[in-house]
Amino acid sequence: MVSDNTKVLYGLYNDEEELKSAVADANHEHLDIMDVFTPFPVHGLDPILGLQESRLHVLGFIYGAIGCLFGFGFMTWVFTSDWPILFGGKPYWSVPAFIPITFEMTVLFSAWGMTITFYTICGLWPGVKSKFLDNRITDNKFCIAFNVTEASESEVEHLKGFFNRTHAAEINLKQV
Amino acid sequence: MSQPVAPVRHVLIEGNKNYHNITEDLCSPTEKAPSREWIVAFSLAAALTGFYVFCVAWTIWKGIGSWNLNRTINWGWDITNFVWWIGIGHAGTLISAILLLFRQRWRTGVNRAAEAMTIFAVMCAGQFPLIHMGRLWLAFFIFPFPNTRGPLWVNFNSPLLWDVFAISTYFSVSLLFWYTGLVPDLATVRDRAAGFRRKMYDIFSFGWTGSAKHWQRWESLSLILAGLSTPLVLSVHTIVSFDFATSVIPGWHTTIFPPYFVAGAIFSGFAMVQTLMLITRKVLHLEEYITINHIESMNKVIVMTGTIVGVAYLTELFIAWYSGYIYEQFAFYNRVFGIYWWSYFGMMFCNVVSPQLFWSRKIRRSIWWTFFLSIVVNVGMWFERFVIIATTLARDYLPSSWSYYSPSWVEIGLFIGTIGLFFFLFLIFTRVAPVVAVAEVKSILKVAGDQYIGPKAKHAHGHHAAVKTHTED
Repeated sequence: MVSDNTKVLYGLYNDEEELKSAVADANHEHLDIMDVFTPFPVHGLDPILGLQESRLHVLGFIYGAIGCLFGFGFMTWVFTSDWPILFGGKPYWSVPAFIPITFEMTVLFSAWGMTITFYTICGLWPGVKSKFLDNRITDNKFCIAFNVTEASESEVEHLKGFFNRTHAAEINLKQV
Repeated sequence: MSQPVAPVRHVLIEGNKNYHNITEDLCSPTEKAPSREWIVAFSLAAALTGFYVFCVAWTIWKGIGSWNLNRTINWGWDITNFVWWIGIGHAGTLISAILLLFRQRWRTGVNRAAEAMTIFAVMCAGQFPLIHMGRLWLAFFIFPFPNTRGPLWVNFNSPLLWDVFAISTYFSVSLLFWYTGLVPDLATVRDRAAGFRRKMYDIFSFGWTGSAKHWQRWESLSLILAGLSTPLVLSVHTIVSFDFATSVIPGWHTTIFPPYFVAGAIFSGFAMVQTLMLITRKVLHLEEYITINHIESMNKVIVMTGTIVGVAYLTELFIAWYSGYIYEQFAFYNRVFGIYWWSYFGMMFCNVVSPQLFWSRKIRRSIWWTFFLSIVVNVGMWFERFVIIATTLARDYLPSSWSYYSPSWVEIGLFIGTIGLFFFLFLIFTRVAPVVAVAEVKSILKVAGDQYIGPKAKHAHGHHAAVKTHTED
């Protein structure tokens, strides 16, 4: 997300509606937003920001399919080839009896796989040192951040002007 | 959120809150020194947990002979407690998963605590099948792992093994769901903390920043986990009921068991959520977030599931009579009028009769009635499991082995002890994490806050202007 020694110019807004209209304005002005931070998921923000829909659910399906095949395949292997045992005269390959565990394995693989993927692609793990811009972002402020590491003085001024026009409550420059 | 708001929507956040008030109100319990009530409750719970550990040690040291089970009645309080706790553990996932899919906004007030309750209840439940094995140190035999005994595998056709998979999957998926939901809120606590606390919450919040892309993925993950948890929660109690239903014991061998167990689980789970939340909202001063409207919604679920359970009890009796099969008929006659008649009538009264009081709006919205009836329902649901297990086993195929059973002090201690353990864990939870989902409450503020909807509405806020004139109901 943010590499070392990045200069970030960010504006804080008091309301998600102000944030959304500011993001829309930034799009009009072709400003390159680095990231937007909010205290809660703001609905309707993703399309304005141009974020594509997450493909996490596709992975969830794949992990689930792996779990399903693994569970069913493992039970099949155990009871038909590795160590077949007769239970009460039922067939070795007693498919209906395998359904509950197959289902549980599907859910287990899908849930764990997706959750691990989620934390990995977001770069979130215990001990991760994220570069926080402002403590109030998880409280009540909605933040738009621009990367100004290589920006000239006039470009920074231009961005500040943008924040003022869009009624940002605060504008800060921070080295992270 | 920008969905249209129907005029029938209730106010779910009272007190004219803004975002900062929400953070302040919900995070402050983790920041202040514990109240005297908390210390007293925690000491009591810790003492009971200690007694629980003692009873477990006693059971393992002396063997299962320290319980009053016998050859005829070989499942007693142990499995009763197991099913009772597992049932209680169903409401959390139901509230968070099914109500998320149904877009019920009132879930945000209670989901976090209910999920925590699920996890702690499943932990309590899981202990019973383990210790009832007797030789606890061999408990790892239940897992299919390559071993030096052949390898000899577990019996994948056995419902008892399905249970192992169902409960461990349920526990771990509930934990993921709960913790992933908690991460942004832990970040909120982190950003208010300093020093050592900041370091701890830094670790536990995984470096959460609130980036738009993270929120998008977080919502996607929550939704899919909810979608997965919904059939999962239904499967767990279904499989628990298979422990009984796939046996050939008259009184257990019935196809009605899966839906009846699931309804009963939701019923008892909601009752436990009510018991806990009514205390929590009072002690932590969360009346503006867990409102009477939340309580009423849960009471509606209780009256519905209680009625389903009642229909199941009557159906069971009818089908036993209608089967024309004397052993089945005897099993149910015995269940109602046999040696354990008192537990059957206790169950009927607590589970079927008492929740019907919730048809009255006044009782549904009364804190004291709700609290009282939630306890009654919990007692009733314990009776239900006892009725199913003990009365059925006490009169088996051989009249010469008919028997009676009452618990030993160790069994009672184990039960009381798990209640202590449950509250012990819950009380710790209320100190270290916000018990109400901070981010999720903020996300519904503009559609459920009392300044936006309901009689006190005053804000004309963009597209919300249209709803401000609606009154409640």
